[in-house]
Amino acid sequence: MSKQSSVAFVRRDMIPPAPPPPGQAGVLRWMRENLFSSVTNTVLTILSIYFIWSVLASIMPWTLNGIWVAGSLTECREIRDARGIETAACWAVINERWLQLLFGFYPTDDVLLSGLFYAEPLAAAGGVEAVFGAGSNATDRIEFVGMMKGDLSNFTIFWFGYWRPLLAVALLVVAVAPILYSSLPRSLLFFSMLYPFIGVFLFWGGSIWGPMTVAMGLAAAFFIGRFVATRFGLLGGGIGAVIAFILIFLNPLPFIDHGGLFPLFPHAKDVLHSIIPFGLPAIPSDQFGGFMLAIIIGTSGIVLSLPIGILLALGRQSTMPFIRWVCVTFIEVIRGVPLIVWLFVASTLLKYFLPPGSSFDALLRVIILVTLFASAYIAEVVRGGLAALPTGQYEAADSLGLDYWKSMQLIVLPQALKISIPGIVNTFIGLFKDTTLVVFVGLRDPLGLTNAIRATGEWNGIYWELYIFVALLFFTFCFFMSRYSMYLERKLQTDRR
Amino acid sequence: MADTTEMPQDKFRLSQLLYDARYRSMTIQVVAAMLLMLSLAWLVDNTIQNLAALGKDFSFSFLGTTAGYDINQQLIPFTSQDTHARAALVGILNTLLVAFLGCILATVIGVLAGVLRLSKNFVVSGIMTFYVEAMRNTPLLIWILIVFAVMTEATPQPRDFREGGGAEMILWDSVAISNRGVFVPKPLWGEGSGLVVAVFLLSLAAIFILRRFARKRQEQTGQQLPVFRLSLALFFVPALLVYFIMGAPITLEVPELGGFNFVGGIQIRNSLIALWLALSLYTSAFIAEIVRSGILSVSRGQTEASFALGMQPNRTMQLVILPQALRVIIPPLISQFLNLTKNSSLALAVGYMDVRSTLGGITINQTGREIEGILLLGSFYLIVSLIISSVMNLYNSSVKLKER
Repeated sequence: MSKQSSVAFVRRDMIPPAPPPPGQAGVLRWMRENLFSSVTNTVLTILSIYFIWSVLASIMPWTLNGIWVAGSLTECREIRDARGIETAACWAVINERWLQLLFGFYPTDDVLLSGLFYAEPLAAAGGVEAVFGAGSNATDRIEFVGMMKGDLSNFTIFWFGYWRPLLAVALLVVAVAPILYSSLPRSLLFFSMLYPFIGVFLFWGGSIWGPMTVAMGLAAAFFIGRFVATRFGLLGGGIGAVIAFILIFLNPLPFIDHGGLFPLFPHAKDVLHSIIPFGLPAIPSDQFGGFMLAIIIGTSGIVLSLPIGILLALGRQSTMPFIRWVCVTFIEVIRGVPLIVWLFVASTLLKYFLPPGSSFDALLRVIILVTLFASAYIAEVVRGGLAALPTGQYEAADSLGLDYWKSMQLIVLPQALKISIPGIVNTFIGLFKDTTLVVFVGLRDPLGLTNAIRATGEWNGIYWELYIFVALLFFTFCFFMSRYSMYLERKLQTDRR
Repeated sequence: MADTTEMPQDKFRLSQLLYDARYRSMTIQVVAAMLLMLSLAWLVDNTIQNLAALGKDFSFSFLGTTAGYDINQQLIPFTSQDTHARAALVGILNTLLVAFLGCILATVIGVLAGVLRLSKNFVVSGIMTFYVEAMRNTPLLIWILIVFAVMTEATPQPRDFREGGGAEMILWDSVAISNRGVFVPKPLWGEGSGLVVAVFLLSLAAIFILRRFARKRQEQTGQQLPVFRLSLALFFVPALLVYFIMGAPITLEVPELGGFNFVGGIQIRNSLIALWLALSLYTSAFIAEIVRSGILSVSRGQTEASFALGMQPNRTMQLVILPQALRVIIPPLISQFLNLTKNSSLALAVGYMDVRSTLGGITINQTGREIEGILLLGSFYLIVSLIISSVMNLYNSSVKLKER
């Protein structure tokens, strides 16, 4: 008798897996494991759901019942009472004033607007020259523009009246994209290098030869430096470039009278402008405002503070005691004092430190101070990254015979910066949020504009809607930055793959 | 044997200053020092010229003159007849007060939020993630303004607390939240209250000694004392006993409505509350992230090893995870405290009279001493931050891994 026949039944095929018992699969199981795993957990869940419900119950009616079209807060309240609702947000203030919150008192391109959308009244008023020309009456012009803006919708004014800042921001996105995402073609980086000049031209206007001469001078200094470097080494090249730049832009011997030794360059802009007059109406920076201001200050601060911060961090690690001492003092003093005090220094004390009679653009002062402030923080973050690198990396670079700058550039900084990405992005987010503090030195940032809007008769006493709008604007940008830093961390993570 | 190579006895050449690694760093430093000196001299010279042109001098004598303005919140007595120096001191105390209160509340909320964000409970951790992201990604100034608007716009007026006014005091009619501020009871120190306080302090010391004794005993004999129950008893019993023996010397003065405002009690101004709450909420989001990453930084193996040794979960937390997590948590936590202290200078937005508003605001406006005023203001913040960072360095060196 074989063994096989003694077995009554042998299954030849697999039983299909039985479905898990109810409550052990899908949503029910997930809920049991995550929400109701223990008594405490259940209580926590119920409490949190109650909390969410009560918050939503008090906020949602207010938000969703919001009134979008009204001329003033009193009108809003009348509409609300007429509808018989208890609470309602008055989103009408955003609907009416969002352009102001975005751009402050930045002037619109009224000539373009009237030409495109208001041609008939313009012709009736006597044409472009009569209204906007040099000899026109200012009162009439203001009245005409006021009428036109009353007739045009906010979106028309947004797209066509503010085309300059809009174009500048759109190009900014194009310029930043190749830096953020390495999958884009590298040739776009050339545009990124040009962007600062384009951006300045679009925002501030004036003759195009202003930013152009600066760009040409920088390029000339770069090539002169490269030429010198081939003969006298890297250090000589750097010094040569700096000297060339100074010679081109700053008349080094002002006491020989302007046009003394270097007659052409100080006036190059005017000369070129007289040959090819091309430019946009100049807009002084005291008319800048709104969220645009946060973008301008934030972007320039971010772009400028990273290299300065890295240099400070390297200086702090330097073997030269004097350099180290200077960097440590700078970093500690900047970090030890709140930004608002530094802004105060910029607005009140800078006039004492500069030569008598010289004046300084208010926005530029703020940008410089914000940049220095952020660079001290970046320096500390990068120092952390440098310190986290094992000494072996430094020694390996030395043993390969790399000089200081090469070893930093090829071995140390790529690794150190990768470690410090979260900290750097956090500093950038902090910088972007801190741009709201410029309201204390008299610039019109979005929060300052909420005060200005509240100071008008129509919107006196309106708080939440304005604050929520501004908070959402900032949240969008900062949240994007923090998500981007997470993406970058994942992308650069070369270990533990 | 003349095989030994002759050391090249070159004369020192000028080019060595640039090309010889031994001298180059010296050259760079000397050049940098000269450039720094030159630019500093230029700045100082400009300042002297500008001051001379304005007919000003540089002196701190304004600190001794009469301030002539009132400060609405004072921890030490101050009248408008006092000096600018005293006004600055009042401001400094106000700054330190809001910073101290803020650090405590921010730590409490932050630790809670950080721990809850690690919870497996999806709803709880979701709420905390939302809270942290919302706070971290919007400017502090907006939060200060929002809390201030809540305090001044959404709270009842004092007159609403009358009969039928629709507002009620909370906590058994002892605390009133109104748009003029929060009114809380004020303790009145009667005869013999000093003894009660002294006994209370003594019992605190006794708790401390008891804990040390219990630990020593456990280490030597392995026997445990019921430390928690004993401390609880020590905390309450002696002080309460003395309190009733002395005939209840400490009483509370409850704020009451009189005229158009509350009288009695302590008025906590809305500016302080708004600043305090906003600073705490904002900073707590950062602290929550620090706590979370600190706890996550302790590897799971530590927990498992501790369980393998048969430790209870709470003992594991107390003896294994927290000591290691704290080493990661404390340094950034202290730097958040420092940030909070510096951010308290935003008091300006709600009119809280901190040092930025007294010394750096009204005093400068009245005396025109911008350079001196800002110098003092900056030095105050700098000294505070240097003290805090030196404390942090001390802590760091005491807890860092002892490598031998």
